[in-house]
Amino acid sequence: MGCGTSVGTETQGQKVKTDESVVKTTNPALTMKAAVLIQQWYRRYMARLEMRRRYTWNIFQSIEYAGEQDQLQLSSFFTFMLDNFTQLNGNGPDLISQLLDPVVDPWLDRESSYSQILVPDSYTGPRLSFPLSVSDTNALLCAFKEQQTLHAKYLLQLLYETKKLLKQMPNIIQLSTSYIKDITICGDLHGRLDDLLLIFYKNGLPSADTPYVFNGDFVDRGKKSVEVIILLFAFLLLYPDHVHLNRGNHEDHIMNLRYGFTKEVMQKYKTHGHEILPLFQDIFSLLPVATVIDGKILIVHGGISDETDLDFLSSIERHKLKSALRFPRCSFEQLDISQSYRKTKRLKSGNSSHSSSNSSRNQSKNQKRSNQRNTQRGLRRQESNSSASSSSSSSSSSSSSLCSPRTPSCLSPHPCHPSPSLPNTVNIQHMPFLDSLLSARQPSPSQRREREWKQIVDILWSDPKTQEGCSPNTFRGGGCYFGPDITQKLLLQHGLQLLIRSHECKQEGYELCHGGQVITLFSASNYYEEGSNRGAYIKLGRELVPRFYQYQVSRTTRKLTLTQRVRAAESSAFRALKEKLFSHRSELMSGFQQFDQNNTGVVSVSDWAEVLESVLRLDLPWRTLRPHLCRLAADGSVEYNSCFEDMGTGVSLPQVTPNLAETLFRFRTDIEIIFNIIDKDHSGLISNEEFRQTWRLFSAHLGVDIDDRAIDDLARSIDFNKDGSIDFTEFLEAFRVVHKLDSKDPHLSGK
Amino acid sequence: MLSDISASDVHSLHKRVKDAFQAFDYEMNNTVDVREITTIIYSLGCFPSQKDIHEFIAELEEDHTGSVHLDKFLPVMTNVLMEHKFPSIPEDVLIQAFEVLDKDSKGYLDSEEMVELMTKEGESFTQDEMTEMLMALADHERRIYYKDIICQLTFDQEI
Repeated sequence: MGCGTSVGTETQGQKVKTDESVVKTTNPALTMKAAVLIQQWYRRYMARLEMRRRYTWNIFQSIEYAGEQDQLQLSSFFTFMLDNFTQLNGNGPDLISQLLDPVVDPWLDRESSYSQILVPDSYTGPRLSFPLSVSDTNALLCAFKEQQTLHAKYLLQLLYETKKLLKQMPNIIQLSTSYIKDITICGDLHGRLDDLLLIFYKNGLPSADTPYVFNGDFVDRGKKSVEVIILLFAFLLLYPDHVHLNRGNHEDHIMNLRYGFTKEVMQKYKTHGHEILPLFQDIFSLLPVATVIDGKILIVHGGISDETDLDFLSSIERHKLKSALRFPRCSFEQLDISQSYRKTKRLKSGNSSHSSSNSSRNQSKNQKRSNQRNTQRGLRRQESNSSASSSSSSSSSSSSSLCSPRTPSCLSPHPCHPSPSLPNTVNIQHMPFLDSLLSARQPSPSQRREREWKQIVDILWSDPKTQEGCSPNTFRGGGCYFGPDITQKLLLQHGLQLLIRSHECKQEGYELCHGGQVITLFSASNYYEEGSNRGAYIKLGRELVPRFYQYQVSRTTRKLTLTQRVRAAESSAFRALKEKLFSHRSELMSGFQQFDQNNTGVVSVSDWAEVLESVLRLDLPWRTLRPHLCRLAADGSVEYNSCFEDMGTGVSLPQVTPNLAETLFRFRTDIEIIFNIIDKDHSGLISNEEFRQTWRLFSAHLGVDIDDRAIDDLARSIDFNKDGSIDFTEFLEAFRVVHKLDSKDPHLSGK
Repeated sequence: MLSDISASDVHSLHKRVKDAFQAFDYEMNNTVDVREITTIIYSLGCFPSQKDIHEFIAELEEDHTGSVHLDKFLPVMTNVLMEHKFPSIPEDVLIQAFEVLDKDSKGYLDSEEMVELMTKEGESFTQDEMTEMLMALADHERRIYYKDIICQLTFDQEI
């Protein structure tokens, strides 16, 4: 660097005091030293930023997977209701059969009513004409960019046409690169319209020259699932030979209930939602499960297991597959009870006691139940009651109820204290089901049906791991962890060279593993938060070498610095984490108090971390996160009350016990789903009686001791102004967790 | 000084080191890519030079596998923390460093000057690092007022 002439000895290499009149001379050695210092300082700052980003990522992922674990609870709740409704209330099967989605063979044609729907002149959205043409897809693209909604009439018609098309497709689609230039493969989209549009912009719209494979998880979580799926189906109809959709684990009506798609549909289609949703359900179960390119590259949504067999997979009649949700007897013995409690819940099957209610709904005698593989987590096994071959079903209907109402422990599960040895976040109060599992006689399962079910579940839910071998995916509750040896074996067995899958969010949008034999591809950028990750897609030419294209949707035109992105993501992650703490307050406090017998209000950092770990069951670096979550006393111990300081309830709840309030916070989403199902006409109101009934069941299931009066009091303390019925949106609003430090929260000023 | 450290302090230190390490242990087998070591060490509040880092890596890397195992890292790092090796740069020293570079004592450095210095001198920045730094620190006139940014960037808590 510039080294002026060295002037005087006293300034040579010396630090000169800031004096405007003196021009500093530069000593190259000093300059370099200074530069190095600054570089080191800056790099250290960036490294710490990167660390924060990592931790933030971990928080999001842990909470996401913990949420998915909660999914089990909802499903088991359905099972519970199913098994127990006769005991607990006098209501007929209707309530319960409402709660469980209608079980109709997707192969059947539902009544087409769309022709009778009138579209008002005031509707300015796209008016599709079938068969679709490019002008229709263009109209859809324009409309969605301008936030318009497609009219129900056209959506219904679109869905019927899509269903007709999908029925003709095999389970595994075979593609060839010989007549086309490049195939583009996309991963999870999760309702992110912006990402889809960005891909189309960068890569071109689907066409004969630009074929696409979309690898599942088109819906849920994002706010524009409806628009995304409409576009995908529209292009599928337009170019059936050049657009291919694989099923993902979120193409599943139970997942949709929990993760937002059902809600989105009902919000956007208030009048026709009840007709649209079953159609989606049919279509999802009719989606192909795999795509193979040139016989060399396998594309599935989740992954594989050691039992995956593509020939067998091809042979399954996916539309006829029963909801074979029972676990094979042999693997039960292998279960380590403490470890795989979740697995047993997964494998517990439901009762067919509502088979009678369904018999009237079945339209043909030998009809098999619809493919309920999508409820693999829920494990309600709904026997086909239709069967003239009723021998199997009737014998199984009595003994298949592994959660038998006759087992008293089912009805009044006793709460257990969480213990660190159990790695699951699922409520331990379900443990009694395990007892009934052990005691119930195993009915003789149909081997083939089980195999079929497992094949599909493995394809949709598995994750790759570095350890060799294949083990049950206890994290997710379905599918397997498969190691490089499993991949190797499958590829060899079928003459394949590569497995492309999705299902997991990756920071760069894609990731290779198993020595490059497995690629994970994820196409929803900013999945957790603005700036959390990129999205990616792959292009494959005839040489079958994947080329990766990354992108990131940014809502602001100004580019955010890494610091800003990390801060935004971090703040969002910590909010979510704090909500978790708040909604487990009672348990946490009792944990803290065990370490603080003298009621000093403080515990050591280690004890604090231990309590959090055992109650929340999230695998996070608690010590490192501590500064964001609570305060320290002067002596370095944790003031545990400060964990809950800046969180509050939406509305003051005078007569609510802490236990109830927390339950409501924790399960707010699930409760909402249940209410939505009960509310047949989507009016936002349910009757008082229905409300109490549901609540009673729900609390019995959770082992929370609440009597009717407490519920009534609760209901009354919220502002209900409809006579005889409850506006449950209002009710639920009260149980939204509020961050007190949000100055602009509209709901704070609302009530 | 070492005798002042109690067993529970050591335990805490171990936990801190493990947490930092595991944040980069993607495969959950107690190894990290050797290229992440720098980030991990920095995030623990230690400030070794490039030379120190190279020495670290030489000591820790598993035989040219490109990875470092926790079993080796933990004792070494714990020791470093206990002995407060590689302490962070005090603010005033940093400011002095900037003042040395700010030949005309303007109180700021132009982006161009910064680029020259950071990419040509010392342990040079990569293009990406340079771009990110400018984006983060330069104001609308493309100047870096170093006294201000130092406060901004030394936010540090225990993370």
